[in-house]
Amino acid sequence: MVWDRTLQLVLDFLPLSLIAVGGGATVLPEMQRSVVDVHGWMTATQFSELFGLANASPGPNVLVVTLIGWQVAGVPGALGATLALCIPSCLLTFALFRLWQRFRDSPWVKCIEGGMAPLTVGLVLSSGYLVTRGANESAMAYAATALTAATVLATRVNPLWMIGLGAAAGLSGIL
Amino acid sequence: MSEASQNVGERVTAAPDLRALFLGFLEIALSGFGGVLPWARRVMVEKRGWVTGDEFADLLSLCQFLPGPNIVNMSVAVGARFRGWKGAFVSFAGLMMAPVAIILCLGALYSSYGRIDQVQAVIRGISATASGLLVATGIKMVVAPRVRSLLLGFGVMAFLAVALLRIPLLPVLLVLAPASILAARWSYLRRDT
Repeated sequence: MVWDRTLQLVLDFLPLSLIAVGGGATVLPEMQRSVVDVHGWMTATQFSELFGLANASPGPNVLVVTLIGWQVAGVPGALGATLALCIPSCLLTFALFRLWQRFRDSPWVKCIEGGMAPLTVGLVLSSGYLVTRGANESAMAYAATALTAATVLATRVNPLWMIGLGAAAGLSGIL
Repeated sequence: MSEASQNVGERVTAAPDLRALFLGFLEIALSGFGGVLPWARRVMVEKRGWVTGDEFADLLSLCQFLPGPNIVNMSVAVGARFRGWKGAFVSFAGLMMAPVAIILCLGALYSSYGRIDQVQAVIRGISATASGLLVATGIKMVVAPRVRSLLLGFGVMAFLAVALLRIPLLPVLLVLAPASILAARWSYLRRDT
């Protein structure tokens, strides 16, 4: 079962590598759709918990994929999901990085950048919306999410402090 | 670790070898939580002098232009630039190995103890605040100069389709991406004339 699930995860995540326009956070909604809605491997709440844990761990934020893979199919799932999301875009980068100097100022590159930027924003906000919905049950928890977002936007506080405060608030039972 | 850079900031010193690439990306990987892209500049430009600030900006624009996790793309581009495919592989490994090992430990703890009430409560607090960080990232991007206000309608459509209607991402992008790119082209042409 572990290997079947790993294979399915890899097949689901491989194409996401090449449509993750503007970074890993843009494909979170699709990963959630896959592992929660389509396959029923976890609940939306668990998905949000894994996202939270990935933020409390050092490293690139793509690591949420590693945790999702772990939850679905243990170590093979973790490594399979991570490599599936990284390798296609890595190969593309390897193939194209030398050409960038020549193309970066071409009008079509500017148009693609300009056209994809609003989609990236819409997708990151989609990720935020879906993860927030999955994470929170009580009004207080939504308030914690809103307070965190407002604090990070308004001040230069290290986000890790907010995570620590969140953990403390959770432990105190007010969420 | 080698102290490659004497002159901080604008001058490149020596091209890093495989070992330096591995250690450099390991350092980047372990510097930050929930995303390390801001640390890449600090390590590669200011601390180790691998590239100048302008070269870094150039690399960043490439890695943001291409699909996939930006910092992962950057490890490949930087590694390949200095040491070919071996450099790309070693940089990628340096970036991913330690964080993946750490997060697997965290995953194992989550599986073993995640059902205990207190642990559950802590995780609930962490995920509530981590969600807020993600929302803030999205809001910051709305106000960033990269996004032309004229095109924000396409972002709204992407949000409706993906977050509310839960349509699969691939068909959403197949429709919205060409439309948005053509609209961007039209808006640039109009501005130029």
